[in-house]
Amino acid sequence: MSIAVLYDATKCIGCRACQVACKQWNEMPREMTTNQGTYENPPQLSASTLTKIRFREVEDNGKFHFVFNKVQCMHCEHPACAAACPVGALKKTPDGPVIYDDNICFGCRYCMVACPFGIPTFQWDSPLPWIRKCTFCAGRQSNGLKPACVSACSTGALKLGEREELIAEARERIAASPEKYVNHIYGENEAGGTSWLYLSPVPFEKLGMPTLGSEPVTLDVERAMGAVPPVLLGVATVMSGIYWLVKRRERIRREKADAKEEVTK
Amino acid sequence: MPKRSFPVGTFILSVLVIIGLAVMIFRYVNGLGAISNLSDGRPWGLWISFDLYCGVALAAGGFTLAGAVYIFNLKKYHSVVRPAVLTAFLGYTLVILALLVDLGQPWYIWHIIINWNIHSPLFEVGMCVMSYTAVLALEFSPAVFEGLNKSNLPVVKRINWHIPWRVIRAIQIPLVIAGVVLSTLHQSSLGSMLLMMPETLHALWYTPILPILFLTSAIAVGPAMVIFESTLSTRVFGHKLDIDVLSGLARAIPYILGLYLLFKVFELTAVGELGLIFTAYPQNLLWWGEIIVGVIAPIILFSIPNMRQNRNIVFWTSVLIVVGLMFNRFNVSMLALGMRPGYIYFPHWMEFAISLGLVADALIVIWLAHRFLPIVSHENSVEAIAYRENGQKSIISPEA
Repeated sequence: MSIAVLYDATKCIGCRACQVACKQWNEMPREMTTNQGTYENPPQLSASTLTKIRFREVEDNGKFHFVFNKVQCMHCEHPACAAACPVGALKKTPDGPVIYDDNICFGCRYCMVACPFGIPTFQWDSPLPWIRKCTFCAGRQSNGLKPACVSACSTGALKLGEREELIAEARERIAASPEKYVNHIYGENEAGGTSWLYLSPVPFEKLGMPTLGSEPVTLDVERAMGAVPPVLLGVATVMSGIYWLVKRRERIRREKADAKEEVTK
Repeated sequence: MPKRSFPVGTFILSVLVIIGLAVMIFRYVNGLGAISNLSDGRPWGLWISFDLYCGVALAAGGFTLAGAVYIFNLKKYHSVVRPAVLTAFLGYTLVILALLVDLGQPWYIWHIIINWNIHSPLFEVGMCVMSYTAVLALEFSPAVFEGLNKSNLPVVKRINWHIPWRVIRAIQIPLVIAGVVLSTLHQSSLGSMLLMMPETLHALWYTPILPILFLTSAIAVGPAMVIFESTLSTRVFGHKLDIDVLSGLARAIPYILGLYLLFKVFELTAVGELGLIFTAYPQNLLWWGEIIVGVIAPIILFSIPNMRQNRNIVFWTSVLIVVGLMFNRFNVSMLALGMRPGYIYFPHWMEFAISLGLVADALIVIWLAHRFLPIVSHENSVEAIAYRENGQKSIISPEA
């Protein structure tokens, strides 16, 4: 029973009310940027921009699309950031949000390197820096409110609900108008599944979404870390054993040499 | 006493240390963004690739040599254990100092001791760095006690340095075994850390056996590093090191490097990606670079007995191995690791200043240690030999 959001790019009009609502709710400062020749602004997520709308002009199947794409933490089912964090400052809650605790983090930034979606950001210009990423408004949600971005969405492009129900609904939407969507619910399986689900009229790689496998990215790490206790015990035992054997061989050799000496005397 | 010329080397090292310290202070006031080109697209840069990844691997001489001498009882190499342990200890100290700059809030590093995420490879790395640095300090401490014992300062003289010396000697074997265990875990866990990035690390390097590759290459570079720095220190301090010791170390290296190469090629073949070494331009150039410089050339050179008798060739081949290993660590932790789109990274000059300053720190400490502590000469003291050969409880030599 976990909460998820379905983002339907065909319903998004790029008004960026979600982006503004996020800044307001989280009391994030403005950013100075320069004109990049696009309505998209700021150019990247940062420690003071936890979500943004990406603008893309895409040609697909001979048709031109002006498409939007909301970027924020995907709140993975098997989050790499939470597995990476050495102190457990990042955690996946049973309700869905991946939350972060300032009071535990010490700023190693492994979560940023590990995240397959490239989401967590860092306060580079602060002498007391923390990690920042979308919190799924876990605080609002636990008080019965929708996330700020979802509340602000005026076209219904963002829909909050049970993950399974939203996946079913996304399937229905694709089935109802297959000419409108690519047949892919991004986030259903990506990196083991995420709490944010996407529908799009164009292939997702053209929206700048990473192409990921359906296995959690944490699988190999889990295997390697599982091998740590046996390796620890094994190496300690083997080394002690070798030491004992080598010493024993040397003692026997010395005793033999002594015995010989006594015989010759 | 001959007249001393102006100490150019010491001067340069001191300047580097001071610049490094100044940059460090600047960082604590203004944040990491002010002294580095690190960004959300490239959160780990030069310090992680050079100071952490290369630093830890190049410190591998400590556990390989200590293990060879004290566990496998290869007495021949006893003379290079102390320099190796000292280098390893300094290597780890540098890692810690670099992390004091690189971590966002290093003063909270103790959180790792109370908040365990046992599933995180970085948790394992952190624990190993802390405990192995302590083990290395203890492994090296007898040299310090011997040095203090010879001191003429009245305050120092009043303490009986034989007692701690004997305590450490008594637990030496458990210490060495702990060192080998911690190093095995630690060297491999640096590889495990990269296992978290199957989607961003290039397929030429990403493999589930990365931890094993990291451990194998570290074991190979350990003796090479010992050859490298003991050759340099014999040149600087004018000791003489037996060519037998050097060529013995050199003879072992091709076996380990060969195993490493075998693992690498076999793994690529097993997953059907061997073709990438020809097709994945330009990454394949990086791959061939590290393999030819750091693996194939040294295997060939060290396999020829005549080559192993030539001090210069032994030295330069070790340099190849060290360079090749650094190349590999930079590849996996920086060059072959994908960035977020829209970012570029080249280290800021202040990032270089921090790393160079730390290396200068280490060189100064090595110089001081050789000057004031029995690092190489402790070999020749009568008591040390007697202790080794008969296991007698000897006193520390009062060497004149």
